Amino acid sequence: MPDSTAIAHGAHETGSNTHDEHPPYLRHHFESTEQQADAAGFAMWLFLLTEVMFFGGLFTAYLIYRNWYYPAFVSGSHQLNVVWGTLNTLVLIISSFTMAMGVWCAETGRRRGLVLSLSLTLILGLGFLGIKSIEYAEKIEKHHVPGFHYSLQSFLDPQSDRAVFSEYHDKPLMLDMARHTEVYFSLYFLMTGMHALHMIIGIGILGFMIFRARAGAYTSGHVTFVENFGLYWHFVDIIWIYLFALLYLISRH
Amino acid sequence: MSATIVSLPDQSTARIPKVNYLTKENGILSWLLTGDHKRIAILYLISLSFFFFIGGALAGLIRLELLTPQTDLMATDTYNKVFTMHGVIMIFFFLVPSVPATLGNFLIPLMIGAKDLALPKINLLSWYLYIAGGILAIYTMAAGGVDTGWTFTTPLSTHYVNTNVLTTGLAVFIAGFSSIFTGLNFIVTIHKMRCPGMTWFRLPLFVWAHYAASILMVLATPVVAIAIVLVALERTIGIGVFDPAKGGDPILFQHLFWFYSHPAVYIMILPGMGVISETISTFSRKRVFGYTAVAFSSVAIAVFGFFVWAHHMFIMGISNYAVLVFSLLTMLVAVPSAIKIFNWTFTLYKGSITFETPMLYTFGFMGLFTIGGLTGVFLGTSGTDIHLTETYFIVAHFHFVMVGGMLMAFLAGIHFWWPKMTGRMYPEKISQLAAVVTFIGFNFTFFPQFILGTLGMPRRYASYPPEFQVLNVFSTAGATILGVGYLLPVLYLTWSLKYGAIAGNNPWQATGLEWQVQSPPLTENFTRTPIMDHEAYDYEWLERQKEKEVTTSAG
Repeated sequence: MPDSTAIAHGAHETGSNTHDEHPPYLRHHFESTEQQADAAGFAMWLFLLTEVMFFGGLFTAYLIYRNWYYPAFVSGSHQLNVVWGTLNTLVLIISSFTMAMGVWCAETGRRRGLVLSLSLTLILGLGFLGIKSIEYAEKIEKHHVPGFHYSLQSFLDPQSDRAVFSEYHDKPLMLDMARHTEVYFSLYFLMTGMHALHMIIGIGILGFMIFRARAGAYTSGHVTFVENFGLYWHFVDIIWIYLFALLYLISRH
Repeated sequence: MSATIVSLPDQSTARIPKVNYLTKENGILSWLLTGDHKRIAILYLISLSFFFFIGGALAGLIRLELLTPQTDLMATDTYNKVFTMHGVIMIFFFLVPSVPATLGNFLIPLMIGAKDLALPKINLLSWYLYIAGGILAIYTMAAGGVDTGWTFTTPLSTHYVNTNVLTTGLAVFIAGFSSIFTGLNFIVTIHKMRCPGMTWFRLPLFVWAHYAASILMVLATPVVAIAIVLVALERTIGIGVFDPAKGGDPILFQHLFWFYSHPAVYIMILPGMGVISETISTFSRKRVFGYTAVAFSSVAIAVFGFFVWAHHMFIMGISNYAVLVFSLLTMLVAVPSAIKIFNWTFTLYKGSITFETPMLYTFGFMGLFTIGGLTGVFLGTSGTDIHLTETYFIVAHFHFVMVGGMLMAFLAGIHFWWPKMTGRMYPEKISQLAAVVTFIGFNFTFFPQFILGTLGMPRRYASYPPEFQVLNVFSTAGATILGVGYLLPVLYLTWSLKYGAIAGNNPWQATGLEWQVQSPPLTENFTRTPIMDHEAYDYEWLERQKEKEVTTSAG
C-alpha cells in the first residue's frame, strides 16, 4: 500500500514488522516505492542532461563551422537524401508513439499490449537503422566519407553529379570552400553516427525488455524501468529531429 | 594542560561493535559485488591511494631531473611522457574522484540520514569504470606512455605525436563516466533521500559542497568526453574538425576541453572546501559563520565556474574582447572563494580552538589555498598572464590550489573521519608531525616555483639555464620532505587499523548525524530513520543529547 513517507517515519517506532508489506522490488534503502520511483526518474532526467551536454559539444562545432563555411554546408546538405531523411523522421516519431503506448500498457498492466508495443518500437528502430545504412552506403560510394579517400568531385564540378545537380543546380564551389565540405561530412557522420549508436544501445535494451515483459515483468506495478527507457527513447528521437533539420534542411527555409 | 576535545571511551572496556559494515559479510566477493556506499568508499580509497603514489613517484622523477640544468636523468621525450602521465594520473585518477568518491561516498548518506546512496549499483559501476580507466592508464605507461601533456592539445595530439594518445584518451573517457555517475548519484541522493526534518538549510556544508561539485561533474564531464572522441577520430580517420588543413579549428578543441577542465578544478576543490567547513566548525566548537553564505558560495563557484574557461586561452588567439570578458568573469570567481575563506576565519573568531591533526591540515589548507587563489587573480589578469603563462608560475599556482588546497583538505578529511570509517583513532602525535612536515615540504617545493616563474623559467622542459638551479634544488629538496609527509600517514594509518585506540561513536564531539551512530557504522547506517530536529553545527543540541543520555542511563 502506498503509505505516505511522512506517516511512515512517524510510525516507525513499531520497527520492522511493516517490512513484510513492501513489494519485492522495493530496494532496502528506500522508504517507499514512491521514493524509489522518484529517485530513478530524477536520475534518468539528469542522465539525459549529461547526454544533452554530450551532443552539445557537437552542436557547438556545427554552429561555428556552419557560420564559417555556409556555402560548403549547403552543398554538402544537398548530397543528403531528404526523402529518406523525412521517412526516417516519420519512422522515429511513430516509434516514439509506440514507446509511449508501451509505457501506458505497463502502467495499466496490459502484458500483451506491452510486448506488442515494445516489439513494434524495436522493429521501427531497426527500420530507422536500415534506412540510415542505405544513406551511408550512398556516401561511401561517392567518397563522401571524410578521411583518406574524400572526393571533392561533386562540389568542384556539380554537373558530374547528375541526380543532385538536376534537383538543386548548385554552382561549383571554389577549391578552398569545396574542401570545407569535408568538415560538413565529418559533422554529419559524427552526429548521425553518435545518434545511431544511441539507437543501437536502445534497441539492445528493448530486446532485453521484450524478453522480460513476456515473462510478466513491468506489468505488476513496477514500471520505473519502462518509463525511464521511454524517456531515453524520446530523447534519442528528439535529437534526431534536430539533426534532421540541421543537416538535411540547411537551404530550405 | 593541552586543550583537546577528544573524548574516547574507556579503552579497557571499549570494544569495536561486533556487527558493522566491515564485518557484516566476509570474502573478496562481498567487497567486489557490494552495493554498500561505505564499502565502495573504502574500495575507492585503496585504489585512489595506489594511483596517488604512482603519480607521486612520477612527480619525484620530474623533480630529480630538474635537480640539474642539463638533461641527465632521462631523455627529453621521456621527460615529456613522465610529466604527461603525472598530470593525467593525478588529475583524472586522483584529484577529481579524491574527496567525492571516498569521503563523499561514505558520508553523504550518513549525513543526510539515508541508508545508502539512491543508486547503489550505479555507484559500484562507477568504481569499476574508474578501475577500467585506471588499468588503461597503467597499460599506456607500460606501452610507452604519452607525451601530449594532460591537455591533449591539438594538433599535437591529433597529428604529430606517435605515442599512446588513443589509450590515454579512452582511459580519461571511461574515468569521466565514472565521475558522471558519482555526481549523478549524489544529486539524486541529496534531492530524494534526505531524512524527515533534514531541510536544505540543515544540510552540513560538506553536502552542499558536494552538491555543487556534482552539478559540475554532470554538466561539464560529457563535454570533455565528446572532445576526446573527436580527438580520437581525428587521429584515426582524419575527420578534420580540428584540422586547419581541412578547415577545422584547433581552438575549438581548446574551448571544448577547457569547458570541462576549468570546471574540473572546482570539481576538485569544492569537496575539499566541504571538508574544511566540517573540521573548522568541529575544532572551533562553533557553528560555521554565515552558514547560508558558505552554502550558496559553493553553488556560486559552480555556476561562475562554467563561464571562465577561456582564461586558459589568453595567448591562444582568442579575440581581445573575449579576453576582456573572461578576465572579468575570472575575477568574479574569486568572490565566492573569498566568502568561504572569510567565513571560516570568522568561525575561528572567539571559537575554542583545538589543534588536532585535521585542524592542522585545515590551517594548511586555508593558508595555501589563499595563496593559490590570489595568484590565480594574477593569471586571470590578461596583462600579467601574458608574461606568466606557460612558466613555473602557473605550475606553482595550480599546485598551491590542488596540492596545497585539495590534498590538505583530503588529508584533513581522512584523519577527521578515520575513526568513523575504521572505529579506531590514528596516533595523534605522529600525525601532527606529518601535517607539519607536509606543510613545510609543500612550501619548500612550490614557493620557489613562483619565483622561477616570474623570472621566466618555462614549464614542461627537462633542461633550464644554470642561473635557475638554486631555486630548483630548493624545490627538489622540498619535494623529498613532501614525499615523507605523504608516506607517514600511509604507515601510521595502516598501523592504526589494528593498534589504534578504540574511537567510540563521537571522538570529536561533533554534531553531524554521522557521529551519532556507531563507528564503524552498520551496513544500514541507522537502526531507525533519524529525524532531524535541529540546525547543522548545533553544539548546544549535542550537549543536551549528552545530558539526556546521562539521565536515562542513571534512571
